[in-house]
Amino acid sequence: MSTPPPPFSDMFAAIIDGTPYMQAIGAYYIGKSQDGISMGLAYRDDLVGDPQSGVLAGGVLTAMLDHGCGLAVWDRLDEFKPIATLDLRIDYMRAAKPGEDLIITAKCYKLTRSIGFVRAFAYEDTATDPIAAAQAAFIITSAPTKVPPL
Amino acid sequence: MTLSEASRQILQSIPFARFLNVSMELAGNELTLKLPFNDKLIGNPVLPALHGGVIGAFMEMAAMTQLSVSENYSHLPKPINVSVQYLRSGKALDTFARAHLNRVGRSIANVEVIAWQDNKTLPIATLQSHFLLNL
Repeated sequence: MSTPPPPFSDMFAAIIDGTPYMQAIGAYYIGKSQDGISMGLAYRDDLVGDPQSGVLAGGVLTAMLDHGCGLAVWDRLDEFKPIATLDLRIDYMRAAKPGEDLIITAKCYKLTRSIGFVRAFAYEDTATDPIAAAQAAFIITSAPTKVPPL
Repeated sequence: MTLSEASRQILQSIPFARFLNVSMELAGNELTLKLPFNDKLIGNPVLPALHGGVIGAFMEMAAMTQLSVSENYSHLPKPINVSVQYLRSGKALDTFARAHLNRVGRSIANVEVIAWQDNKTLPIATLQSHFLLNL
């Protein structure tokens, strides 16, 4: 009897830790639910975009949403395949609250053989009160590299 | 204060721009932003490639600064939405961005940005954006 392999999402915390830019801004993996995979980011003064209000830079959200969307594609694939962002659209609904941690939740709602379509939200407390929403498309660049059976 | 000083001041006032170490060059009233390569900007250590989020953030910054410079804003315009197309992977090199103001209306501005590295005719990404002007 063989045990099924662990889900690829078990690797997500390590993947985020192994990505220099995610380390630089202090992103961390939260986990997954039926809404998708979630990542967090602690508020930091050096990531502020508007010095007058102390609101996090839109660019910080861009990176978090991009990365979260990529992880959502990997979660749906449930294995490692090289992927690349084709396009990413972000709607900014309101300013992030200064001093509060940021959460993003992303879900790949459709996966074809070559493209993954993802929706993501950024928020502090609940996804029903979003700071920003993202829509992204990722290309899955090549076939999986399978280890031949022994 | 010259336009060049004013725009440098805008950029210097943004903590996140300092975090990315973004610098600028002004020719006439056309701004070119530079994102110097740094190991911390890597998103894919295997290739290596810049993180897509950094490229998007950098282009958004170019749009905001160009708007502020051209229209003499004392505050930064608020982004409504941005749409980024990734054309090539960003290599471990310096990246440049230039914004073009398609239309600046009473309350909304439409801005386009192009980003490139070693060859301007081979852009690595483009961005379309809307900003809210009257706060």
